[in-house]
Amino acid sequence: MTNSTTESAKTTGEGAVGESQSSLILKRFVRNKTSMVSLVLLIAIFAFSISAIGLGPIPGWWPLDYRNPLPLVDSGRPTLSVIPEWLGGAGITLGEHPFGQTRIGIDYFAATMRGVQNSFVVIVLLAGVATVLGTVVGAIAGYYRGWVDAILMRITDVFIVIPTIVVGAVVGRMTGGLGVQFLAICLGLVAWMGIARLVRAEFLSLREREFVEAARVAGASDARIIFKHILPNAMGVVIVAASLIAAAAILLETALSYLGYGIRAPESSLGLLVSDNQSAFATRPWLFWFPAFFIVTPALLINFIGDGLRDAFDPRQKRFSVRRTKELPENVEQRA
Amino acid sequence: MLSFIVRRILASILTLVVASFIMYVLTAYSGNPLQDLQASNAPNAQQLIGQRIERLSLDVPPPLRWFGWAAGAAGCIVPFATCDLGTDLNYTAVTALLPNAAASTVRLVSASTILAIIFGVITGIVSALRQYSAFDLGMTFVSFFLYSLPSFLAAVLLKEFVAIDFNNWLSSGDSEIGFVATAVIALVIAVIMQALVAGSTRNRVIAFAISAAATFGMLYYLDAVDWFQRPGLGAIGLALLIAGIVAGVTAVVSGFGNRRALIGAGVAGVLAYVSYFVLQGLFAVSTIWTIGILGLATLAACFVIGWLIGGPDRGQVIRVTMLVGFLSSLLVIADRFLQAWPAYLASPRINNRPIATVGEQTVGLTGDMWLMGLDTFTHFLLPTISLTLISFAGYTRYARAGLLEVMNQDYIRTARAKGLSERVVVTRHAFRNMLIPITTIVAADIGVLLGGALITERVFAISGMGALFNASLGRVDVNPIMGYFLVIAITAILFNFLADLSYALLDPRVRVK
Repeated sequence: MTNSTTESAKTTGEGAVGESQSSLILKRFVRNKTSMVSLVLLIAIFAFSISAIGLGPIPGWWPLDYRNPLPLVDSGRPTLSVIPEWLGGAGITLGEHPFGQTRIGIDYFAATMRGVQNSFVVIVLLAGVATVLGTVVGAIAGYYRGWVDAILMRITDVFIVIPTIVVGAVVGRMTGGLGVQFLAICLGLVAWMGIARLVRAEFLSLREREFVEAARVAGASDARIIFKHILPNAMGVVIVAASLIAAAAILLETALSYLGYGIRAPESSLGLLVSDNQSAFATRPWLFWFPAFFIVTPALLINFIGDGLRDAFDPRQKRFSVRRTKELPENVEQRA
Repeated sequence: MLSFIVRRILASILTLVVASFIMYVLTAYSGNPLQDLQASNAPNAQQLIGQRIERLSLDVPPPLRWFGWAAGAAGCIVPFATCDLGTDLNYTAVTALLPNAAASTVRLVSASTILAIIFGVITGIVSALRQYSAFDLGMTFVSFFLYSLPSFLAAVLLKEFVAIDFNNWLSSGDSEIGFVATAVIALVIAVIMQALVAGSTRNRVIAFAISAAATFGMLYYLDAVDWFQRPGLGAIGLALLIAGIVAGVTAVVSGFGNRRALIGAGVAGVLAYVSYFVLQGLFAVSTIWTIGILGLATLAACFVIGWLIGGPDRGQVIRVTMLVGFLSSLLVIADRFLQAWPAYLASPRINNRPIATVGEQTVGLTGDMWLMGLDTFTHFLLPTISLTLISFAGYTRYARAGLLEVMNQDYIRTARAKGLSERVVVTRHAFRNMLIPITTIVAADIGVLLGGALITERVFAISGMGALFNASLGRVDVNPIMGYFLVIAITAILFNFLADLSYALLDPRVRVK
């Protein structure tokens, strides 16, 4: 991965077809096994949750609903089995209630899948709103500098002073009852400050480059320079920051729902499921483990993807090894 | 410098004013503050509603009501004016609610911040120095995992698996680790140690064997003396540990080549060891102040020792002696706390289940400073761990990235080229430069940590500021929320300011303007 820039420089030097920056980045990302596997798994979890309980009016393959209490089967124990029969297990089956049932008999598989789906809605909307807003604010502040920058950055400071979870709790208390989408968008409106600062710093340095000067001489408007010339060059920062926000979004939503200021019953959220059932940990541990697993796993996968993106956008990896610096002379001596 | 400070303060006040307005209006519009009364069927509900509207001026629209609040709050900053942050829905003054809550939160957050910085930075440094080793990859995974672990999950898991299981194990009567567990723990530690040592296969095997044998022997000894029921370091254990501190601190800070530092560290260690025998009688009647004075006296004595022995490299020797003295006296104090452990366990209020899962102290427990200290420790142990985990991951990543960045600089190559040992290169040339980015992160993290305390306090039922915020938000009780906001916002601004100042301290090239 470290050598890819020098490699590509070599190939273009020898007269081979040049590659665009974005295809180089994509190649570097695809070559990173950890992040590719994470991306595939993340999409798989998302697709699984959608196909299980459907999307909006379209029903999924799982027949039960996440709101209806049903009679308890085997006191709500999970019927999921992953140990094949020839190993002495009950075979690979889902059973009637794969993740068990809550105390009042709601099918936990449906509730968890609904929670996963809501997590993804929150990721997409929250990270989307925050990224767009932060990018626009940062771009304008960094491009125009002067008093525009001063005003926008003071506004950013104002929002940074309040910890996200605190203002999130207030916003959630206000809008949590109005549905997941609305909550996610409102939370996005208070989570854009980090991106704005990063994009601004990037714009401050990019606006001094020659290509901006060239565009201006060619008569491009400010909006065109910002969005067509500078922004593509700052995309790396934006995408990496967006991936970090996406991971934080899961944690923010589940934490707010846990506190009771996020998604409310009868709608299902993973944080809400943990909060409702943590007191039953000793007797029904599965009510804790299944939502916990589906909170941590997507967040972890997104973090790995973000790490891969960062490496792909910024291949100047710091490869330093004490061992190498120390042992090299010895090796030379041995060879001699 | 002065104009920098003045400008920063003015900008901060402006930020604070606008942020408080937004916070006030958002909170006031987030729900109905009369809900509990409107739902109650008390005969005088109507009258109570009228009283609440009148006393909290709920009939004034929130944006206008903010001016009233701001006028009262301004009194807290202006000298000689009365500080009025309003009252909560039960007409208790917020200024009376805040101090206790803030004390709990500060106790919680400060301990975990310090622990997170120490462990995070050390782990990050080791990770960077052993880049792409098994240890590095393992820590990378652990820190990503901790990043993705919500604090409420961590807290619930700690409660279940640390507190309840440990208590069960301890109260079951025969609290022995057992042969199998001993062997497994010894193996795990040995594997970690050999990954830390890295280097040649021979070094790794030696590290593996030594650490496995040492761990096994120690755990076997703990079982043999029934340590968990009657813990204590004892005269021999303390001597060994202090010797270890002397050797460790000298090796890291100055290297064994510096004889004066080694002698100074040894004298400081002996001083601490002697004080262990001399001070036991005084400890029995000690208060927190006695300990504080003793601690200061120890540091002063170590300073003098360092000064006298110092010779040409006085500053470094003083650092070594003071660090050794500090750490060794911590051990002496810890041993005294452990001596109170059997009495604590046997107390009917505790009944052999020491690790608490809720609250800040055991109700109705009385005793001397050591017993009550243990009680605080057992109550704050889990919340502190769970808050530490939140920041630890970030600090590790940043410390690792920072050190890698620094180690590639030309001045490091220069330092190596002029023949300095790797220890001097890392501790003197790289470490300080690495701290610069960390300072920003730590300062920015204080806000996050206070936010995390919101959830941790809820899970562990600690009545800190987070709990105050939570309860108030549930009732749309604006004034306590604004009190909470003021405290955390001022803290955040203050720490950012300190970070800016510490840049100048760490990096002489930076001049604050």
